[in-house]
Amino acid sequence: MTKYIFTGLLLIAVLSAACGGQSEPSAEPAMEQTTEIAEDAGNESVPPRASVSRLRVATTTSLYDTGLWSYLEPMFEEEYGVELDVLYAGTGKALEWGRRGDVDVITVHSRSREEQFVEEGYGLERVTFAYNYFLIVGSPDDPAGLEGMTPEDAFTTLMQNGEAIFVSRGDDSGTHGKEKAIWAIAGYDYEDVRTSGDWYVEGGSGMGPTLVMADEMRAYTLSDMGTYITYRSDLDLEPVVDQGDILLNVYSVLEVTSSRNPEMAANLREFLTSETVQDLIGNYGVVEYGIQLFTPCAGEGIQGI
Amino acid sequence: MPQLLEAFRIALDMIVSGDPVVFSIAFRTLMISVTATVIAALIFIPVGCLIHFNRFRGKRFLVSIIQTLFSVPTVLVGMLVFLLISRAGPLGSLGMLFSPGAIVLGEVLLIAPILTGLTISALSGMGRDVADTALSLGAGQLQMVLKVLSESRYMVLTAVLMGFGRAVSEIGVAIIIGGNISGYTRTLTTAIALGVGKGETSASIALGIILLALAMIVSVTVNTLQHSEK
Repeated sequence: MTKYIFTGLLLIAVLSAACGGQSEPSAEPAMEQTTEIAEDAGNESVPPRASVSRLRVATTTSLYDTGLWSYLEPMFEEEYGVELDVLYAGTGKALEWGRRGDVDVITVHSRSREEQFVEEGYGLERVTFAYNYFLIVGSPDDPAGLEGMTPEDAFTTLMQNGEAIFVSRGDDSGTHGKEKAIWAIAGYDYEDVRTSGDWYVEGGSGMGPTLVMADEMRAYTLSDMGTYITYRSDLDLEPVVDQGDILLNVYSVLEVTSSRNPEMAANLREFLTSETVQDLIGNYGVVEYGIQLFTPCAGEGIQGI
Repeated sequence: MPQLLEAFRIALDMIVSGDPVVFSIAFRTLMISVTATVIAALIFIPVGCLIHFNRFRGKRFLVSIIQTLFSVPTVLVGMLVFLLISRAGPLGSLGMLFSPGAIVLGEVLLIAPILTGLTISALSGMGRDVADTALSLGAGQLQMVLKVLSESRYMVLTAVLMGFGRAVSEIGVAIIIGGNISGYTRTLTTAIALGVGKGETSASIALGIILLALAMIVSVTVNTLQHSEK
């Protein structure tokens, strides 16, 4: 009798395979609302084949949540005839994937850790390709009165206030690293900050979810500008601190030494730093959001902090 | 409440309009979880039979362990399989990580305890008389096992559906070893997680509704096949 069960299940598999064949999309631009949540229809039309090579890039969440990678991915695939797999994670995890040899290219934003990654021999070279700034955002009534302060003064005020909530990424990401750096120049030991009270919330999520959480809790958080602008219309959060050298946010691309496809990895680095794509990055989101999300900077020697 | 209604409307839109992106994600999800369930059933229903029909030391203890593993956290399975098939891991040379096949592997391991344990429960529910009758009528060991299995088929089928339910709804394995790659390893649950993170609530609920619809189709199909055999 069990064979009926098995044949039943197999039948379902076959049936669904048949249905799937019919519903195979013809790469038409689908409904707006669903492409946002899901994926660009462009790369859906080609089922994964063994003969098409795949290249894996691990990216920091901010370059993913802004939609920049979904925008660039089909162009790269078209130009080089390769399936590009974009994996998103915090900078810490992205670099860990690189150390384990699970990805070919990394695009992240944490200078010291990237330089360490290269020094340890895991990455070829740190090539910067775009920058923007971090912002401290909070609910418009600004309960702790941070408006116009320097980042380090704002953090000092939050620490002394002890009531206004601050949501930290708390996930070892590049943004989390930047936050720790600001605590350091404000003169605090990060462990003291973490354990100082209920006002300090460790969210443990990507940038988008953290912004949503800060909005729900009427809290402050540190965000990269790109993700904040992308999410702004759904949030009741305003920038309160946006001036200070420490807030510079530089994105770079690193080829992983152990990549099985080093030539294609190099192609991706060249693609990102090419004049055409640099222009596209500079113009990305300008029409939609009325503001530049990323400033291209390949070959300009901007290294970041 | 209006949000929920809106979600239903969006879900209907997605289904009626045949949104290619949503359909390919739903189809991929179905393929992955059905494949995992079939493989797990083919291996672990027999394993359940072996355990049930044999006497050995520590059998009860083994069954307790299996039942405990019903509750194994999906993220833990995800992490262990990640360590296994990452290029730095023992099976790294296969290059399986971040592929649909890797998700299948993880889900097979995830639902193995459910299929084994519930098969044992199903067979235990039959009592000795079916087996004794079969043997007294001259059935061989294998025929006896098949007879008992056939008598308990509703329960075994429930085990299979439970396994499918856990596979299709889990996220820990899919996100850790699949990586939620657009157009390749994105499943309904990882798409929902991404949508929730982006605050796209309605669209996320809509994907959830589609997932439940899939589960319903599978369960109704399996039940219909069951009844039509009579």
